[in-house]
Amino acid sequence: MMVGAFSAATVTVLLEDSTALAPWLGLAAGLVAGIVFSLLHAVASVNMNADQTISGTALNILAGGLTVYLCQIIFRQQRTRSFSNGIQKVTVPLLEKIPVLGRMLFIENYPTFFLAIFLVFFTWILVYKTPFGLRLRSCGEHPQAAASMGINVAWMRYFGVMASGALAGLAGGIMVLTADIQYTLVSIHGTGFIALASLVFGKWNPFGVLGAGLFFGFSTALSFYAKDITFLASLPGEFFYALPYVLTIVALVVFAGKSVGPKAAGQIYDSGRR
Amino acid sequence: MGYIIEMLNITKDFPGIRANDNVTLQVEERSIHALLGENGAGKSTLMSILFGLYKAEQGSIRIRGKEVSIEDPNVATSLGIGMVHQHFKLVQNFTVTENIILGSEPRKGILLDTKSAEKKVESISKLYGLAVDPRAKIEDISVGMQQRVEILKMLYRDAEILIFDEPTAVLTPQEIHELMQIMRRLVEEGKTIVLITHKLKEIKAVADRCTVLRRGRCVGTVPVSSTTEEQMAEMMVGREVNFHVGKGTAVPKDVLLRISDLDVKNSKGLLGVKKLSLEVRAGEILGLCGIDGNGQTELIQAITGLAKAEAGHIFLRDKEITNLPIKERLDLGLGHIPEDRHRHGLVLDFNLDENLVLHNYIQKPFASWGVLNKKAIKDNAVRLIEEFDVRSGQGAATPARSMSGGNQQKAIVAREIDRSPDVFIVAQPTRGLDVGAIEYIHKRIVAERDKGKAILLASLELDEIMDVSDRIAVMHGGEIVGIVQAEQTDENELGLMMSGSVRKTPMGDQA
Repeated sequence: MMVGAFSAATVTVLLEDSTALAPWLGLAAGLVAGIVFSLLHAVASVNMNADQTISGTALNILAGGLTVYLCQIIFRQQRTRSFSNGIQKVTVPLLEKIPVLGRMLFIENYPTFFLAIFLVFFTWILVYKTPFGLRLRSCGEHPQAAASMGINVAWMRYFGVMASGALAGLAGGIMVLTADIQYTLVSIHGTGFIALASLVFGKWNPFGVLGAGLFFGFSTALSFYAKDITFLASLPGEFFYALPYVLTIVALVVFAGKSVGPKAAGQIYDSGRR
Repeated sequence: MGYIIEMLNITKDFPGIRANDNVTLQVEERSIHALLGENGAGKSTLMSILFGLYKAEQGSIRIRGKEVSIEDPNVATSLGIGMVHQHFKLVQNFTVTENIILGSEPRKGILLDTKSAEKKVESISKLYGLAVDPRAKIEDISVGMQQRVEILKMLYRDAEILIFDEPTAVLTPQEIHELMQIMRRLVEEGKTIVLITHKLKEIKAVADRCTVLRRGRCVGTVPVSSTTEEQMAEMMVGREVNFHVGKGTAVPKDVLLRISDLDVKNSKGLLGVKKLSLEVRAGEILGLCGIDGNGQTELIQAITGLAKAEAGHIFLRDKEITNLPIKERLDLGLGHIPEDRHRHGLVLDFNLDENLVLHNYIQKPFASWGVLNKKAIKDNAVRLIEEFDVRSGQGAATPARSMSGGNQQKAIVAREIDRSPDVFIVAQPTRGLDVGAIEYIHKRIVAERDKGKAILLASLELDEIMDVSDRIAVMHGGEIVGIVQAEQTDENELGLMMSGSVRKTPMGDQA
C-alpha cells in the first residue's frame, strides 16, 4: 500500500499540470507499482522457498524506507510534493434521486467507492464461479492435489501474489488521493494490517471482507465525528484514533481460531509432501 | 487379447540404489494385473515411470502396441492412464464434483458449469456402482468414499488403464470387499487395472495375472488361478514364508494389566466403552478383535492415556494409572504401537533417528545434563534399522514423512519392541506391511511374550488375531462379549460374537 500510495501521489504531482486525468493515471501507477513490488515477494516465496511471513515483514519494512528514499531523490524532501487535486467526488445522475440511498451513496461520493464495490463482486465471481477460481483455490488448499491434475502451482501462486499486490497498490493510491494531500511515511499508518484483519474477520469471503471493511471504516469514521456526539465527546480523541487498531486485535483474538482460511496458506509448496 | 501395456527392460537408478533392474511388465487388455513385491521392491517406481513421474534410464514403453515416451503425467493422462494414489490428493473443503473436474472443468461461457459436471459425475458413478454423492464435501465422507472419488477422477478423464497404488492399505475389510467388486465391474466395462499390492489374499481374490518384483528385479509373471499364495509369497520374499506363527504354549503368570468397570467416551461424546473389565497376564498375548468402531480404539486410548477414562480403574501391576500423564505411564513400563501411525506414532517432520528415541531421548546415553547426544541417537537408529530392516533413502537421517507407510510402521514397531515394555499395547502392528515383515514382527511379539511381558494385541485382521494370540477377547458395542482360547475357536465363532449375535461368558477371568 505504501508503494502504491507513493507511486500514485508522485505520478499525480508530476502530471497534474499537463492533464486533468493525472489522479487516475496516478491510481494506475499505484496498481502497477503494487504488482512490481509484490513480485519481490513472489520470487522469494515461490521460487526461493522463503518463509512468507518473514518475506512479507521484510517487504513491509523496505516499503517505508524505499518510498522515503525515492521522495528524497525526486522531491528533495522526505515526502512527495503536495498535489492540488486528488480524486474528485462525483454525483451519479438518476441514481441520486433514490430516496435515502441516493443521498448516502450517489451524491458527492468518490468514484473509487464504486470501484471497490465492483471489485468485491468481480472477485467473488472470479474465485467462486469460474474454472480459474476453482484452480486458484485448490492451489491454496491442497497444492499437491492441484499439481496432480496438471495445474501449474507456481504460476497460480504468482498470480495470487501479483493480484494482491495490484489490489494493495490500488488501495494505497486511493487512500492517498482521497484522504491526503501528499504521500508521507505515515500516510498509510498500518491500514494494510487492518486489511489483513478484515480478511480473517470476514472469513476469507469477499462479502465478508466487505462487511469487515465497513466495520473498520465505521470505527475510523467515529474518530472524526465523536466530538459531535454528546455522550462520546467527553472521551479523549486519542481513544478514537486507537479504536480501529484495538478492534483489530479484538477481532483477531475472537475469530482467530474459527476462521476458515485456505489450508496451505503461508506454506511453502513442496511437491513431495504427503 | 493383446497387451495394452508393455514396459520392456526398464532400468531406473536412484542415488545409491537401482530401483528397477531390467524389469519387463506386460499387461493384457481388460484384465486385472497384480504387481507384487515387498515394501521397497520397486513396484511404485515402475508405476511412476509408467505415469510419467520418473524417467527410466533404459527400456521402452508401448501402449496398445505403439512405442511412446511418457514425459509427464499429462502425457499419461492423454494416453488414457490414470493413477489412484495411495495418499489421496483431494481438496478437503471442495465438493466431490469440484475435486473431480479440477483441471478440466466444463464451462458455460466464462463460468463453471457445475450442474452438468454433477450430472456427468453421477452417471459415471452409477455406471460403475460407486454410489458417490457428487455434492458431498470431501471432509464429510469416509476414506472408502474418498478413494472412489479418486477413481472417479480417472474415469471422468476417460482413463482406460487404472493404476491402483496399494489401494486397500487404508480401508476397512468391508470397504476392501466393495473395492474388489468395483474393480471387477471396471474390467467388465472394458477397463484394464494394474494393482500394486503386497497382500496375497487380494491378488487371489481379483487378479488374473501377477508379476512379482524382488529388490528391483523381475522374478516372474504367473497366472493367479494356478498359483498358490505360498508360491507367490516365496517368489516375493525369496525364501519359504511361514504363514503360521511358530510359538509354544503360553505360561501366564501374574496379572500385569487390570481394567475394571471402565467407561470411555468416543469422539461423538457417547460412551464408546461401557463398564469394561479385562485382565492381561504376564507371559500371554490377549487378542482384542471386533468390527471397526466397536470401542477397541477408545479402550486402547484410555489405557495409553490418549483418551480420558470417565469412570473405572486401570492398574499396571498394582499401581493405578487411570489418570496419570502419558509420560508417567510409559515410565512405569507401558509400551504402545498406536493404530494411527501418523497421528500418534511419529513426528513426521523429524528424522528417523529422532523418531526412534521419542520416549527415551531424555535418558542416558541419548542425553546427559540436558544435552542430546547425537552420536548415541544415530547409533541407536543404525542398530534398529539393521535389526528391523527399515528401508529408507538416507538411513538414520531420513525425514519420517518421506518414508513409505510400511517402513514408517516398521520404525514404530522397532522403537517400541526395543524398549521391551512390561505391558505392551499393540494396535494394528502389521498394517501396510508385506508378508516377510509381518512374519518377523509376529515372531518378535511372541518373543516378548516368552520374556514374560503382558501383551494386548488389537487388530482388524482376524487371521493375525487367531495366529498370534493365546486368548481372544471380542468387543461389540463397547463391551467384551466373550473371551475364548485361541486354539479352541474359529473365524465363524469370532464373527458371530463380533456381530453381537453370540455371547460367550468368559471363564474365571472377569469378576
